[in-house]
Amino acid sequence: MQGMMIARAKELLQDGTVNRVLGWQAGEFAYDITPAVFETAEELDAGFVYNAFCGNNLSKYLIKETKKDGKVLVFLKPCDTYSFNQLLTEHRFDREKVYAIGIPCEGKTSGEMLKAKGVSGITGIDEDGDSITVHTVYGDQGFNRSDVLEERCLTCKSKKHVAYDELIGEDGEVLDSHRFDMVAKLEAMTPDERFAFWRSQLSKCIRCNACRNVCPACSCEKCVFDNPESGIAQKAAADSFEENMFQIIRAFHVAGRCTDCGECSRA
Amino acid sequence: MLEVANIREQCSWIHKDKATATEKAIILGRAAIAKVQLNAPLTAGESPVVKRALVIGGGIAGIQTALDIAEAGFDVDIVEKQPTIGGKMAQIDKTFPTLDCAACILTPKMVECSQNEKVHIYAYSEVEEVKGFVGNFTVKIKKKARYVDENKCTGCGDCTTKCPMKNVPNEFNLGLDTRRAVYIPFAQAVPKVATIDPNYCNMLKNGKCGLCAKVCGAGAIDYKQKDQYIEEQYGAIVVATGYNPIKLDKFEEFGYSLSKDVVTSLELERLMNAAGPTGGTLLRPSDGKHPHTIVFVQCVGSRDTSGCGKPYCSKICCMYTAKHAMLIREKYPDTEVYVFYIDVRTPGKNFDEFYRRAVEQYGVHYIKGMVGKVAPRANGKIMVQASDLLMDEQLHIEADLVVLAAAIEPDKSARPLATMLTASMDTNDFFTEAHPKLRPVESPTAGIFLSGVCQGPKDIPETVSQASAAAAKVIGLLVKDKLTTNPCVAHCNELMCNGCSSCERVCPYGAITYSDKEFRMPDRTTQLRRVASVNPAVCQGCGACTVACPSGAMDLNGFSNSQIMAEVDAICQK
Amino acid sequence: MPEVNAYKPKIVAFCCNWCSYAGADLAGTNRLNYPADVKIIRVPCSCRVNPMFILRAFQRGADGVILCGCHPGDCHYTTGNYYARRRMTLLFSMLDYLGIEKERTRVEWVSAAEGAKFAATMNEFVSTVAALGENKRLEDLRCKE
Repeated sequence: MQGMMIARAKELLQDGTVNRVLGWQAGEFAYDITPAVFETAEELDAGFVYNAFCGNNLSKYLIKETKKDGKVLVFLKPCDTYSFNQLLTEHRFDREKVYAIGIPCEGKTSGEMLKAKGVSGITGIDEDGDSITVHTVYGDQGFNRSDVLEERCLTCKSKKHVAYDELIGEDGEVLDSHRFDMVAKLEAMTPDERFAFWRSQLSKCIRCNACRNVCPACSCEKCVFDNPESGIAQKAAADSFEENMFQIIRAFHVAGRCTDCGECSRA
Repeated sequence: MLEVANIREQCSWIHKDKATATEKAIILGRAAIAKVQLNAPLTAGESPVVKRALVIGGGIAGIQTALDIAEAGFDVDIVEKQPTIGGKMAQIDKTFPTLDCAACILTPKMVECSQNEKVHIYAYSEVEEVKGFVGNFTVKIKKKARYVDENKCTGCGDCTTKCPMKNVPNEFNLGLDTRRAVYIPFAQAVPKVATIDPNYCNMLKNGKCGLCAKVCGAGAIDYKQKDQYIEEQYGAIVVATGYNPIKLDKFEEFGYSLSKDVVTSLELERLMNAAGPTGGTLLRPSDGKHPHTIVFVQCVGSRDTSGCGKPYCSKICCMYTAKHAMLIREKYPDTEVYVFYIDVRTPGKNFDEFYRRAVEQYGVHYIKGMVGKVAPRANGKIMVQASDLLMDEQLHIEADLVVLAAAIEPDKSARPLATMLTASMDTNDFFTEAHPKLRPVESPTAGIFLSGVCQGPKDIPETVSQASAAAAKVIGLLVKDKLTTNPCVAHCNELMCNGCSSCERVCPYGAITYSDKEFRMPDRTTQLRRVASVNPAVCQGCGACTVACPSGAMDLNGFSNSQIMAEVDAICQK
Repeated sequence: MPEVNAYKPKIVAFCCNWCSYAGADLAGTNRLNYPADVKIIRVPCSCRVNPMFILRAFQRGADGVILCGCHPGDCHYTTGNYYARRRMTLLFSMLDYLGIEKERTRVEWVSAAEGAKFAATMNEFVSTVAALGENKRLEDLRCKE
């Protein structure tokens, strides 16, 4: 898959369809993938990766990339195409300046999950159907894909692309996911139990803003939390109330715009 | 700077205990002070008014509105999609409750429109695009090609008698007879100009014929004519798009499509009109014989919650049916007339007296009950099965003619027009008024006014009074040189705006527009960004956008986010 | 005085300028009594009420927040109350989801002619909130003395 993507990207760069490629490259660690922009075939060969760790939703990066001259090629997983469309309806980027290629996804592997299973020294990953092979400095280790999935991928809602210029690989189907199971469980609780649950969840919040930074719906030029005039500006969470407040307001702001891409839970 | 702490209505008049009332008064005062500290001076803007009005629709509503506006000395344009103005009233034979002929009272008004130099008629034209706001609308009007030069055509009608395409259904007579491919809808048409129907004209379709051009003494025929687009500025727009009877194909039980002798009430108007297909003699469309038994069915599709028809009362049917029944009994006393009704609704000046006359003086058989089935027979008769609710019996009437009082619905052009005007509509596609009781002729969108049935079913007297009321409102607007705008309007902080359109979608007035603006970035580069801006002349200050805005770029003058927050804080303070 | 120790809830009422605020005025001119715990904030339309205002009120120690607007279909701005209804349904269910009792929040339609309804609504809302007791869950501790 990675080879096919690089080859197609090179073609499109060469024939002038696009000027840049938005994709992924390895970060500090092999499982720590970051989005990256490639401008030449050489850069693609050197850095471009696509593997089971490439969870990042690239659609948000289009806002910045389409501000530049020329056209940008972007690779979108099925869940990313939903964010892509949402950003489009909000006029956040110019569709004319984007060439989107849909790529299949079988669910991404969680680095945290591997670490929890005692895997360390990861150097790479391979996938073949339901099995995952993790390469480490201590040798290879095999896993079932479903055992090491990202939490959000457990409740994947769709393998079908809703926006693209072309597809590499097969398009999938909308899935019958169980993503509202937890909601149903919470709704069955009493208000006291629910409050206790959320307190325990939200007390983990350290206001690192990572959820906001990766969220494709959180793409404001200036966030209300950073604007002293909004009356709710805050930096760090000083007490339990602010943790609550931040999450409620953020939830309200993305209501109706959230596409369930799950980037926030990954971050 | 002014803020009011409402101590009287909210404190002293309602709380009996002095101590708690005083405590509350202090808190209310504190809230008002907290808010007033954040007040910013409000300045009302001004916007100029273009002293010209547009009336969309040239029926009696549009005509009356236009004439009244012109009377006050303002220029007014009428846009009518048909080749002539006149609308439905031109097709009607007599009017209730006075029984004077519709054409006799309508055509002088049509002529007045054509002769008044303040009135300009764009007939055979449609509104294509509306931009701008109250006092300053820019409207694009599409003048459809008539293939006849309006300025040269004298309306002599030579072409309409020579055209070889004879079998074109005549829409003015609702298809009860035929016209030629080149036609003038009726003798008193305004403007009296021929129109070539491109769907039937052989010359336009195949390039063969050209007979009309040969016979035209004025040389007015122009087969190469194209649609023209005109752009004009207006201070106010009046919607007078009127109505149509609904299609009856969903009402199989009434057999409208099965027999030519089952007609709608509007078709009956043409069958009784001296200028109609039968020259005013009431004859059956099928065999041209005099009908001797006529059954009228009321509420066909009106007050119908089954989903086939309309849930509302069409209002005019009770009265025009009484009129039809009376006229038929007057002209042909040997005819038996039956009217099946759910209720007879005749509120209005001299209306109930009129209906009573039909029953008592003219002996029309009014039967409370619904018609179950209308079935044409091989012998040409029509079997009507109905129940008489008061006598509790089933009736079988052998009729010669059945007349259906079809519900009326707003013209199909109204919905897209409402979108263009950002004027709101109800679920039945009637335009909504700004206030159902106190502002009945204004749309909630400033500068848009409503006249006639486009706002709700009404008869001619009501339509005319509403038309004049709309004109009065328009005159009141046009007489001003400048409009003072409400200072409590929304404004957008462009630095924070994402251009996401959330605010545009919730704005009921279409006051928000977007443009690309250049911004200097911290790194000294410039960036083009889509940002919102609020037109203060259109914004009414509801604040819906301020909440829809995810980044908080939208705020409302006089009720800013920080002011309301300050009030909340002051109230909740210990 | 027995009332001194009685629990007094803090209630913030947002009233739209055209219907509910006028309804409150009518309640006043008719001398209809309702608890002094209710403090009214005037807004042009119910759709002006940002969920942030309501959260802020809870943060600053309000025990209940009620939003009053024109009856559906009667909004001065045509559709404002529909927006308000949708937003508040979402916010209130979110608060409920979080464990804030839904009885503390309410949307009510009060027309300019319904002074009696305004007073009755406030009486009923205040007693409901009073029965729940103080709101501690969303209160910002720093705002306490």
